[in-house]
Amino acid sequence: MSGKSLFDKVWDMHIVASETEDVPAILYIDLHLVHEVTSPQAFDALRTRGLTVRRPDLTLATMDHSTPTVPINSLQELKVISEPEAFEQIIQMEKNCEDFGLKLRGFDSDERGIVHVIGPELGATQPGKTIVCGDSHTSTHGALGALAFGIGTTEVCHVLATQCLLQRKPKTFAVNLVGQLQPGVTAKDIILAIIGEIGVDGGTGHAIEYRGEAASRLSIEERMTICNMAIEGGARTGMFAPDDTTFEYIAGRPLAPSGTAWDTSLSNWRLLPSCDDAKFDKEATLNISELKPMITFGTNPGMVIPVDGVIPTPSATDTGFAKALDYMQLEAGQPLAGTPVDIVFIGSCTNSRLSDLRAAASLFKGRKVADGVRALVVPGSAKVKRDAEAENLPAIFQAAGAEWREPGCSMCLAMNGDFVPAGKLAVSTSNRNFEGRQGKGARTVLASPLTAAASAINGVVSDPRPFI
Amino acid sequence: MDPVNKITSRTVVLPLDDVDTDQIIPARFLRTTVREGIGENLFADWRYQKDGSQRVDFILNQPSAQGAEILVAGRNFGCGSSREHAPWALLDQGFRAVISTEIADIFSNNSLKNGLLPVIVDSKTHQWLLDNPNIELTLDVENKQLTLPDGKTVSFPIENFSRYCLLNGVDQLGFLMEFTEVISEFEAQTR
Repeated sequence: MSGKSLFDKVWDMHIVASETEDVPAILYIDLHLVHEVTSPQAFDALRTRGLTVRRPDLTLATMDHSTPTVPINSLQELKVISEPEAFEQIIQMEKNCEDFGLKLRGFDSDERGIVHVIGPELGATQPGKTIVCGDSHTSTHGALGALAFGIGTTEVCHVLATQCLLQRKPKTFAVNLVGQLQPGVTAKDIILAIIGEIGVDGGTGHAIEYRGEAASRLSIEERMTICNMAIEGGARTGMFAPDDTTFEYIAGRPLAPSGTAWDTSLSNWRLLPSCDDAKFDKEATLNISELKPMITFGTNPGMVIPVDGVIPTPSATDTGFAKALDYMQLEAGQPLAGTPVDIVFIGSCTNSRLSDLRAAASLFKGRKVADGVRALVVPGSAKVKRDAEAENLPAIFQAAGAEWREPGCSMCLAMNGDFVPAGKLAVSTSNRNFEGRQGKGARTVLASPLTAAASAINGVVSDPRPFI
Repeated sequence: MDPVNKITSRTVVLPLDDVDTDQIIPARFLRTTVREGIGENLFADWRYQKDGSQRVDFILNQPSAQGAEILVAGRNFGCGSSREHAPWALLDQGFRAVISTEIADIFSNNSLKNGLLPVIVDSKTHQWLLDNPNIELTLDVENKQLTLPDGKTVSFPIENFSRYCLLNGVDQLGFLMEFTEVISEFEAQTR
């Protein structure tokens, strides 16, 4: 019998009742992240049934999706700035947390931010934990060796009430990373290339483990960017084996174990990586030495080309491809680089951490955003904002002519008032280029923070490598 | 959840691949805190013109689609976000089943929990269904089979527990709550 994979180990440790042919496993959840958009109907269901939240201590609540990214000093200001429904949702979240005894990282909290940014940042995300959230980008937390996946609102209610989920075990998928990144090529380009390779449904039914010597050389924030978009390849989750890089990242964070608990945790965490003889149901390999900066040209993240490439020609029968190019107002056989840009968005749970902002700032320093381009930089959390301010990054963005905002999901999904107007082209560091994702009629090109910054400076979709 | 066993209805065909949940229900409609009324925004950006009037060229707006409870979709339907608003919107508009060769994991899971039946068929059957819109089908949860107009049957997979819950209208939270003591024991042992 072959050894266990990282995924198998974490899964097995959380089985409350085993899976049978007739019934899925009951899986215990160590950390439940809750935000304002996918939870209201779950809290209502608790109320209807007269139930309580079983483990408020394992529930981390914040507001990120509907929240404005301009400073909010009072409820009155919020009401003026927000659309009525977004305001209601925020107020409802405050009420739900109060009614059910949950600590909310709200507007007054210096720990507020995008749920997938603050989990790791607070040290709540740890190797070997099971983590869920009513958000498909929960896979981000797999960067630290957690088993983390998105769930729907019914399951949010299940976890609130029982701290458990009924789950069938997914298959495993090893994605091997070999080689060395070239200057100007980033973690975002790795994950876009992987999705381009396996397709937007390549990971369906599978849990990905990113492996190989190149994987172990990546920083935690790079691993988060890669795990974040596992769902864009259809996978249930993405994970990296925890290692010294992981442990160094966690040590000393507010919710990380300390003292003897740290030593115990560390010895447990060191047992988590996949056994050498672990078998995976599926494998793929990407040589990152050959990778170029990647950009999307269509309306899903699998429609991706190198920044110096040309838009492929669809087969005559592929109506979806033609529809995507029509929506994007782009032509097959033409390069995408050089296309005029209206908006540049640097932010989202994919690329809004300090290292992302530093990368963008390194290009903006001493340069200007091109005339006619609106550039928006939205930090992932209040802490990222403070850390960036301590390094004077906002001054660099503002001197370049970019906007520096309060933390939140912002223009990634355009729920909070930040949106790309119809027909406008945005180069965005977010995770989805679906039709209308960033606003009705918005045309999105997904890219790394470096590519986004280079495009802002040149005013056209641009290769960042000449700036490096 | 009401029990779901046999669904007999005409089909409506949306032949696009990779229809994501942002198309099924755009994010700006997720600011609601209730479930009611979500259906009117189903496929909102494909269904309505700028002025709010219906786009006649969109399949769901055509007379043939009215009353159809089975949606035949292209490959990889429901990819993208975890929003349960997607199956809620389909159900609210009267859909009871989605047929494709592949349905995204979270969407499928969310659908089953709300009584919307995700049906995976082989590519040959799928192509036939795409090529023959507005036909009457019967989907049988108990026997895990689809009956075509000529009486021919095609089997489809459905996970045992989900099938049991659909057939009996079982509420999964109620099922989980029965394990409260076992969960407490697990917590005591491991934490």
